[in-house]
Amino acid sequence: MQPHLIKRIWLVIREPLDAWLMLFLGLVFLLSLLVLYSASNQSFYKIDNKLIYTFLSLVIMWLLARARPQVVMNFAPPIYLFGLILLLLVHFKGITVNGSTRWLSIGVTRIQPSEIMKIALPMMLAWYFQKFELSIRWWHYGVGALLMIIPGALVLKQPDLGTATLIMAAGFFVLFFAGLSWKIIIGGIVAGAAALPIVWPLLHDYQRKRVLTLIDPMTDPLGAGYHIIQSMIAIGSGGPFGKGWLKGTQTHLDYIPERTTDFIFAVYSEEFGMIGNILLVVLYLLIISRGLMITARAPTLYGRLMAGSITLSFFVYAFVNMGMVSGILPVVGVPLPFVSYGGTATVTLFVGMGMLMGIANQRK
Amino acid sequence: MHRPQLKNLQAEESQFQLRLLAAYMFMVLMFIVLIARFVWLQVFQHEHYSTLAQSNRISLVPILPNRGLIVDRNGVVLAQNYSAYTLELTPSKIDNLEKTITELSALVDIAPRDLKRFRKLLDESKGFEAIPLKVKLTDEEAARVAANGWRYPGVEVKARLFRDYPYKEMTSHVLGYIGRINQQDKDRLEDEEKTTNYRGTTYIGKTGLEAVYEDDLHGSVGFEEMETDSGGRAIRSLKRTPPVNGNTLKLALDIRLQEMADKLFGERRGALVAIDPSTGGVLAFLSKPGFDPSLFIDGIDNQTWAGLNGDWQKPLVNRALRGVYPPGSTFKPFISMAALESGVIGKTDIRPAPGSFYLPGSSHEFRDSKKAGNGMVNLSRAITVSSDTFFYRLAWEMGIDRIHPVVGQFGLGSRTGIDLDGEATGVLPSKQWKAKRFAKWGAQAGKWLPGDVVSIGIGQGYNAYTPLQMANATAIMANEGVVFKPHLVQEIVDTHTGKTRRVEAQPQRVLPFAKDNFAYIKQGMAGVLAPGGTAARIGAGLSYSMAGKTGTAQVVSIAQGQKYNAAALAEQKRDHSWFIAFAPVDKPRIAVAVIVENAGWGAATAGPIARALFDFYLTGKVPGDMGQFKTIPQEAPSTDAAPPD
Repeated sequence: MQPHLIKRIWLVIREPLDAWLMLFLGLVFLLSLLVLYSASNQSFYKIDNKLIYTFLSLVIMWLLARARPQVVMNFAPPIYLFGLILLLLVHFKGITVNGSTRWLSIGVTRIQPSEIMKIALPMMLAWYFQKFELSIRWWHYGVGALLMIIPGALVLKQPDLGTATLIMAAGFFVLFFAGLSWKIIIGGIVAGAAALPIVWPLLHDYQRKRVLTLIDPMTDPLGAGYHIIQSMIAIGSGGPFGKGWLKGTQTHLDYIPERTTDFIFAVYSEEFGMIGNILLVVLYLLIISRGLMITARAPTLYGRLMAGSITLSFFVYAFVNMGMVSGILPVVGVPLPFVSYGGTATVTLFVGMGMLMGIANQRK
Repeated sequence: MHRPQLKNLQAEESQFQLRLLAAYMFMVLMFIVLIARFVWLQVFQHEHYSTLAQSNRISLVPILPNRGLIVDRNGVVLAQNYSAYTLELTPSKIDNLEKTITELSALVDIAPRDLKRFRKLLDESKGFEAIPLKVKLTDEEAARVAANGWRYPGVEVKARLFRDYPYKEMTSHVLGYIGRINQQDKDRLEDEEKTTNYRGTTYIGKTGLEAVYEDDLHGSVGFEEMETDSGGRAIRSLKRTPPVNGNTLKLALDIRLQEMADKLFGERRGALVAIDPSTGGVLAFLSKPGFDPSLFIDGIDNQTWAGLNGDWQKPLVNRALRGVYPPGSTFKPFISMAALESGVIGKTDIRPAPGSFYLPGSSHEFRDSKKAGNGMVNLSRAITVSSDTFFYRLAWEMGIDRIHPVVGQFGLGSRTGIDLDGEATGVLPSKQWKAKRFAKWGAQAGKWLPGDVVSIGIGQGYNAYTPLQMANATAIMANEGVVFKPHLVQEIVDTHTGKTRRVEAQPQRVLPFAKDNFAYIKQGMAGVLAPGGTAARIGAGLSYSMAGKTGTAQVVSIAQGQKYNAAALAEQKRDHSWFIAFAPVDKPRIAVAVIVENAGWGAATAGPIARALFDFYLTGKVPGDMGQFKTIPQEAPSTDAAPPD
């Protein structure tokens, strides 16, 4: 009787989960434990914490994977509105740290409402286009853009360029899959490039500095350029095969800033080298491929839009983080998906994965 | 039910798949770019980065710029740098600090004051930075420590640049001083995002011009990219970006004039500001007594600090900038302009100047400094003889509302905007000012009373101005209304390019008053130094034309019916001696305001200082006996009630 019961429980747990995604995520997770152990100077403290919040995230993911997307979808407008209200509250009553107002205090802890928007905005847009599925007109994209720009602008004001970009990107992907005209996309890119001279003076000093530092890190080697120079030295000295696990000198001599969070890739890259990097990129690509496969097979417009947006957003995280640490993109606060230490972003990512699995389970 | 036209789902579907494919291709392409970057860094640049990372790590060593010099208008150096050895201790590297200090004192002479200062800096620091135990070691001491230094980890002899102010006390209130960067400075540098440019820097401007022009004087820190081994020892220099030395400040100040003013003051307390009316450049800026700025540079010990701070003579107070005094009769030329401009009096009007003035229906006696009065006088003559009763009545007739706007145009009661921090505002009284000032005391106290304006007419009452404001107002009067912003720094010289940047050379505005009103008042002021004027003795034997006004500012008010007797008053309650002047009268080259605290009437002490200063500036004459002015009696002649001023 006993084995039979355990087997039944296992089947219930396994049933909504996507086997391929679970496999790839598991592999990334293993790599992440290795590198985190090294980056935190072989202490188990951060590993323990990571195991705890990963477990909690898995539970949330499982619940979402089990839920029917048609049901989840109905929560889109209230969640979106709720997120907007929180963002407005941040604007008036937020907590300011280092000159940015991004958090709300709720009793014991603080939350970052912009994080909710990363999921709420694509949900809202996907809901909206699903509602008008049979009669999508040009002005629906206008309304969609508006739904996207309001939270985007609020987050940009905090100021948080990185998160604002991620939110807007997630929204844009929905519009893209909903059939936004290529003319407008290409026109937008051209207009954006043309608008750079106008936007430049509007940027904060520190943001401008980051862009300039990217062009030539040596312009400010003791200040803003320091992070990039040090992480490039770590990556470059890692070589094709890496210095080996726990053997990264740059890492262990304290040269890498924020080495358990945003810059963890430098640690990984120093110890596992180019081979390790390619392995990680391939794992990410496999997750993305699976995501796009789910997108292609999704039976409803909502499912297609949502799955597409989640997958592309995931790509943006991975690409922007690795790009900034290796010095081809400006430094913005984006974690390396499923590897960086830190709770909130991980929960968001698992929520996305849960929704993706939920969509995968949907039958025509 | 109306239904919109059904879409071609087939086409829709294939369009969607096309977009998926496009997105996928794009992502794969981006990942390829990323991998290309890894290949570049980890294969092609691997050796380069390995060199940087493995046995030889790069460390960036800041190279400090030399702090800019401060020179006077003729290039005489007022603030400079020199190199000297310091004995520095890094507490975090020393096991037994007390034992180490005891042993070091056998090698180097460490005074109790050095030790006190060291302990104070130790309290303020976090222990990781080197703290000077003794500055300016002799060569012998430096050699002795160097020879025995290996026994003491955390003890170093460093060659450092020190700031030196050759004129010490004389320029302390102008130049200010630099001091060690403290936590407050660090926070501010962080806020202004200047931390990078202060790497390795110990000192920052704290007060005076050193603080106001900090950005110019400091320059930019350079850095050297050093290859270091794993122990942190430098192996070789890879690249050197030289520092940019601080710019030189060239002042409008003439140090010879400042020196002369200082000598003329002797041991007296007070302030003197001399301005070139044609530019607004400050020629001399003296606050007596001063202090030795070098005491502050490496931290001051508590005892010396308490001594300076508690001194009744207040050497740390910048009297020229922050001291507010009633102007006494030196106020009369400015109130005269208000009278002329408001039409209360004409240039030819003649009025009585009796010995006393009473408000209608009041028995309160406002006395004249001259018991018998001055007979019938016009306005110009009233300035010359400094008739109090004349000005009591004039002020009464005008009322405060007509005085305030005109006198305010001379900059009295507002900051001049000079390039020093912490300038006092002073008080040019008005109804609004009184209501606000005494708001807490009830409406009655804040109400403008009829008698208030009377004493304002002779520069007493609520009037209170800084010597700088008085000098500025005098310069504007001399200039016939052309206003410059007073400034100490005339040019900033870029040490690298040699290019100079002029500061504040343009007139700011021109007062909208009649030219002949200025001429008329200046005529009255010229009379002050002519026979019959209150400062006739000071004007004797002039080889150029000079105009001025004496003033005596009451420190304590004299009760009704009492006589002023300086000798009977404690020194600190005696009147302040004021003198404002400019010369030559028609093409003024110098305007001055002098106040000597508790030195009696204006013609006695402040006036002779101004005269000797003008002689020196305009003719090069040096007073034979520098002590001669001390012999002028400071108390009033016993014959009369109060000194004529």
